[in-house]
Amino acid sequence: MSEPLMEPEAHAHPGYAVFFIVWAVLLVLTTVLVLLSRVGQDAAVWGLMLITPLKAALVFYFFMHLRYEGLLLKAVVTVALGTLLIFFALLFSDVAFH
Amino acid sequence: MSAGHAASYLDDSGPRKGILGWVTSTDHKRIGILYLYSTLTFFAVGAGIGIVMRLVQLAPFHHLVTAQTYNALFTFHGVLMIFLFVIPGLPPVFGNFMLPLLIGARDVAFPRLNLYSWYFFIAGALIALLSLVTGGGPADTGWTFYVPFSLRTGTNVTMAVFGAFILGFSSMLTGINFITTIHRMRAPGMTWLRMPLFPWALYATGWIQILATPILAITLVLVMLERIVGIGIFDPAKGGDPLLYQHLFWIYSHPAVYIMIIPAMGAVTEILPTFARRTIFGYKAIAFSSVAIAAVGSLVWAHHMFTSGMSPFANMLFSLLTMVVAVPSAIKVFNWTATLYKGSIDFQPPLLYALTFIFLFSIGGLTGVMQGALAVNVHVHDTYFIVGHFHYVMFGGTGMGFFAALLYWFPKMFGRMYSKRAAYVAWFPIFIGFNMLYFSMLVLGLQGMPRRYYNHLPMFDTGHEVATVGSWILVLGLIIFFANLVVARFRGAKAGPNPWGGVTLEWATASPPPVENFEVIPTITEEAYTFHPESGT
Amino acid sequence: MSEAGTIHAEEHHDYFGAKLGMWLFLLTEVLLFSGLFIAYSYMRARYPVDFHHAGSELNAVIGVANTFVLLTSSLTMALAIVAIQRGERARSLLCLGITMFLGLVFLANKAVEWTAEIRHGMYPGSPHLAAQPPGEQVFFGLYFTMTGLHGVHVVAGLGVLAVMTALVARGRIDRDRFILLENSGLYWHLVDVIWIFLLPLFYLAA
Repeated sequence: MSEPLMEPEAHAHPGYAVFFIVWAVLLVLTTVLVLLSRVGQDAAVWGLMLITPLKAALVFYFFMHLRYEGLLLKAVVTVALGTLLIFFALLFSDVAFH
Repeated sequence: MSAGHAASYLDDSGPRKGILGWVTSTDHKRIGILYLYSTLTFFAVGAGIGIVMRLVQLAPFHHLVTAQTYNALFTFHGVLMIFLFVIPGLPPVFGNFMLPLLIGARDVAFPRLNLYSWYFFIAGALIALLSLVTGGGPADTGWTFYVPFSLRTGTNVTMAVFGAFILGFSSMLTGINFITTIHRMRAPGMTWLRMPLFPWALYATGWIQILATPILAITLVLVMLERIVGIGIFDPAKGGDPLLYQHLFWIYSHPAVYIMIIPAMGAVTEILPTFARRTIFGYKAIAFSSVAIAAVGSLVWAHHMFTSGMSPFANMLFSLLTMVVAVPSAIKVFNWTATLYKGSIDFQPPLLYALTFIFLFSIGGLTGVMQGALAVNVHVHDTYFIVGHFHYVMFGGTGMGFFAALLYWFPKMFGRMYSKRAAYVAWFPIFIGFNMLYFSMLVLGLQGMPRRYYNHLPMFDTGHEVATVGSWILVLGLIIFFANLVVARFRGAKAGPNPWGGVTLEWATASPPPVENFEVIPTITEEAYTFHPESGT
Repeated sequence: MSEAGTIHAEEHHDYFGAKLGMWLFLLTEVLLFSGLFIAYSYMRARYPVDFHHAGSELNAVIGVANTFVLLTSSLTMALAIVAIQRGERARSLLCLGITMFLGLVFLANKAVEWTAEIRHGMYPGSPHLAAQPPGEQVFFGLYFTMTGLHGVHVVAGLGVLAVMTALVARGRIDRDRFILLENSGLYWHLVDVIWIFLLPLFYLAA
């Protein structure tokens, strides 16, 4: 019995418009980030911690289609990013107390 | 349809004949055999180096090599064994050969990528070998390449490290291949909870290969950049931090030991039900404990660094996590034992070696728990105790698991049976020699013998002598073991499809299997390891 | 069914399997760069002042400009895929072309930037850099390594996109079989994501 041929799901393709909107949002967020960094070091760091992951999430979710994918791919990405966060946290158990 | 209807994978080489038909094949079975021969070759070389290392600790032979050469020997022994035998080990050999068969598929998800994995493996090996004879000569840093010494030494660390870097791709691609295969290519009706446990083990291992290996890759790149261009991330003279290197190195290299052991545990889990003639006890516990070991095992890396100058808080945290990771391994041992209890034991060589795995791995695991205690670690770190510990788990564990898997699946892979008596005869020197060799090391370490030392104090003479004699006995056993298999490969009695009476899918096809694995892909309706005593299985 | 003995594993096309495999590969890339991000955060915690000072020596204008360039190239990459899914081959080729062009602009900017830094004596192993405080040396070591590795990935991405352009032009990628283009797009977007993080770490918040 052969592997069933999987067709791309017709309903899951977004149109052009979505991408333009997301692109515009990304440009705005980048501008905000730059302005924040002009304000001061603390504001810059907050920008780094909040806005940057948000930008990355928009690219993952829309440009990389994660929004339209099933649970498996979302879980796979989440597991990997979660592992990364735990690496950072455990590393800082050492670094923070030097 | 008879088994002789389709040509076996051994005879049908496809469009190319002879050697070319092997080294360009995308058939997972052929690739598994390629890995088998290459990894065992590297194992033999590494074992030979080990013999020399042990010999040098005997007074009459001490000056066989210089101290510098001794450093190169233990470095290369580690690199060979770890990167070229144990980490590749079971997944590319038995995983490649058996995974599609066990899940009822015709091949892995990406057959060509599978072949490229082997090419990366061989390329990495050749580069590592080249590092022995080029540049400043063989690296003398130990397989861990600790900075700052690895940055300063004139030996060819750059090339050795580059070889390990290339090998990483082999591991990553295998992980990607197996995970996709398991998700996408199980036979109809084979739900996750009906899948045999060796694939479960390969699945957990694949995740470690994917997530951890890249971190080693970048760490090795940084070492190369520091040596070549002078980027100062690790070198204290340039503001770098050796502790950072250790963190990055062990974030991979600790999970790497679970890449080594989880598949061996998976193989043992396949073997026991067949020879107890009953289903595995605690299927879900074993399946999920593989995943748990992979997960928790990725969080304990700094237990290699307790004496390196980390904060006390980090020390305590990692010590606690190290204790936790022992739990899922112990769960497996209990389940294996319970599988045997009240089973109808059919004593055969694969069972003997699988039981030996459980015994030796338990010793190794327990010594690991000992080392995880901070106070103990201060005394045993960098002593022979550690060396004894990791040989018990890597050799007594993964090595023995590899041998057990080889004995179990040999008839399937080659269509021939070996001499069971020879396998039993080999066991005695292997077991006795192994324990003489490595238990002595545990004792030596507790007495204070440091590792990676060319010289030793006279008080350690006896321990070293016992260990060295043990190494000879062990190697004698290994020679008998492999001679048996080599002879059987060419002259053994023909084996039928199911010489052991196993109930997993690989035994439902011919020995050796046809190229397409199965005439018809079966539909699965039962859980794995379901025996039917009333109908003779 | 295949004839026994002569035919090898049937060629099977598994769209989702190919996508899953590609995502798993991308995760290895994420983890690869993470090692460097770990090194960065470790060192920043150690040398906060030196990092701040060194960061101000970088050209934030080029950094921000390159961010806009890469974000736009991600847009055009996504548009190229939408186009091929609709069978609009010419539009897809146009978008691919713009994507590659923007990638080249990125690399050109990078070249300008690096040349300036090297001319100022700021490069790994330079005597000028060796005279700086240790934290600054580490900062620049990380800067060149991380943006360099990222640049290597941009080059690789351009190579992949060039191949994809040829396949689209020849009709080997079309509205029924576009997984290769989709996977290439995923790679390109990841390269963009890495840069999204590199920007603040080196140019803005350092």
